Amino acid sequence: MNKNIKILTKGIIKENPVFFTLLGMCPTLALSSSAQNAVGLGVATLIVLICSNVIISLLKKLIPAGVRLPCYITIIAGFTTFITLLLKAFLPDLYTELGIFLSLIAVNCIIFARAEVFASKNGVFESALDGLGMGLGFTLALFIMGTIREILGAGTWFGLQLPQLTEPMTIFIMPAGGFFALGFVIAAVNKFMKKRPHNISCDNCPHKAMCRRGEED
Amino acid sequence: MKLIVEPSPHIKSNNSTDKIMGRVLLALVPALVMSIYIFGIRALYLSIVCMGACIIFESLFRRFVRKDTEVDPSPAVTGLLLAFCLPVTLPYYMAVIGCFIAIVVVKQLFGGLGQNFANPAIVARIVLMLSFTSDMTYWVKPFWHRDDIEIDAISSATQAVDGITAATPLMLEKGEEIPNLFNLFMGYHGGSLGETSEFALLIGFAFLVITRVIRSVTPLAFIGTVAVGALVTGADVGLHVLSGGLVLGAVFMATDYATTPVSLSGKFVFGVGCGLITLVIRFFSDMPEGVSFAILIMNILTYYIDKFTFPKPFGAVKGGGNDNGK
Repeated sequence: MNKNIKILTKGIIKENPVFFTLLGMCPTLALSSSAQNAVGLGVATLIVLICSNVIISLLKKLIPAGVRLPCYITIIAGFTTFITLLLKAFLPDLYTELGIFLSLIAVNCIIFARAEVFASKNGVFESALDGLGMGLGFTLALFIMGTIREILGAGTWFGLQLPQLTEPMTIFIMPAGGFFALGFVIAAVNKFMKKRPHNISCDNCPHKAMCRRGEED
Repeated sequence: MKLIVEPSPHIKSNNSTDKIMGRVLLALVPALVMSIYIFGIRALYLSIVCMGACIIFESLFRRFVRKDTEVDPSPAVTGLLLAFCLPVTLPYYMAVIGCFIAIVVVKQLFGGLGQNFANPAIVARIVLMLSFTSDMTYWVKPFWHRDDIEIDAISSATQAVDGITAATPLMLEKGEEIPNLFNLFMGYHGGSLGETSEFALLIGFAFLVITRVIRSVTPLAFIGTVAVGALVTGADVGLHVLSGGLVLGAVFMATDYATTPVSLSGKFVFGVGCGLITLVIRFFSDMPEGVSFAILIMNILTYYIDKFTFPKPFGAVKGGGNDNGK
């Protein structure tokens, strides 16, 4: 039981797909300009992730190793189509907002990574828990990013007007502001988790031949 | 007699960061005086707010990350350069946000003085421009302060007072009167604080070249490219050289040590590249001015320019020079 809780929680914080493994950057940067879109995409991805993890785990002995990636993508794309049609029918506004990124869940690298790393090697129940944890971690990351960017960039939160102290900084809902916000959030999470960054090597520096910085160490 | 054998460098200069930054500050003073003359005392207040905020952010951040807290004059230079890129009516808190971006985000987070990937003042200006577009493009007429108008009444762009605004010369529609060349040169037209007066900026340029703080090749290549480009395409050469932030950017921002190429040929390539990008933005985009974006793009390309123009060290053997002596 303890092990199962670990599987569930590791995706949320310790191995958060956005903040630690840096997967799924494209939807994270593109759709976190408002909290509502961010959570919408996060939940859609969560559902696809759980379903595909379960099916891939069930079929893991039937899928030949040589063609496993085409098989995974067929399964994932199937569930993506299912979610896309559901959203189109019941939440047409969100469907229009998410646009192309909804279909792109089919090639989301988080889902691929979990299929390859986890679901193809573990049992059905564990795979479902893993999908739930990773999906929640992805949703949480998108929610944090969306909240920061929407409050700073538009002065609203989930579409609600907040009391305005200053004018909103439009750059935060532009792509450049997305990169800034992501960098700051990752830095803060690393600080909080006491992770150290890798040392940057001098190998590619054009001044390496003249520079004596490396020799001091 | 004792002979000492030691590795180069053998020639040492008594230049220091403090001295160089002090000279740059001194070179900016004429432009500051002109901007106070043209736009009123608020220009001075805005400059002081920017310089103060930059120094405070620098020392606070260094304390926060427990680096040594000795602060050199470089944040003051950044602050003053940033103030020179702002319209005189900009609310102070927006200027302080710009200082935060320049010092904390662009400079200190990348490792502090000499490690920044782009010019801090340029990035701060671009962020403010994209964030507060209406306030950042609100230009007042020169000498508006002599008409006894309250600053508060115009500090918000939504309450535009008629007869106070003036488009910068680059934003004029076809057929509108262009200020004559003398007014353009002296800076008697709408624009950011420090960019309007080429006269004052050129005094600073001469001072920096004579004291050998900067090489003149980047500014000359930059301005020359814009002039030739305007001439070839049949645009008004005087207007393109003497208005907008061209001279300010070319003299004080395209010559930043940390973010521009090291070698002479690299500096030339940098200047020409800045000029070409400026022309492309001025002619083909919906923005009136492109100097800041041009310098930012070339800042990012500096790594590659350095790589291809790095001079051969004296006595280096082909293929053997890059192993750091190991």
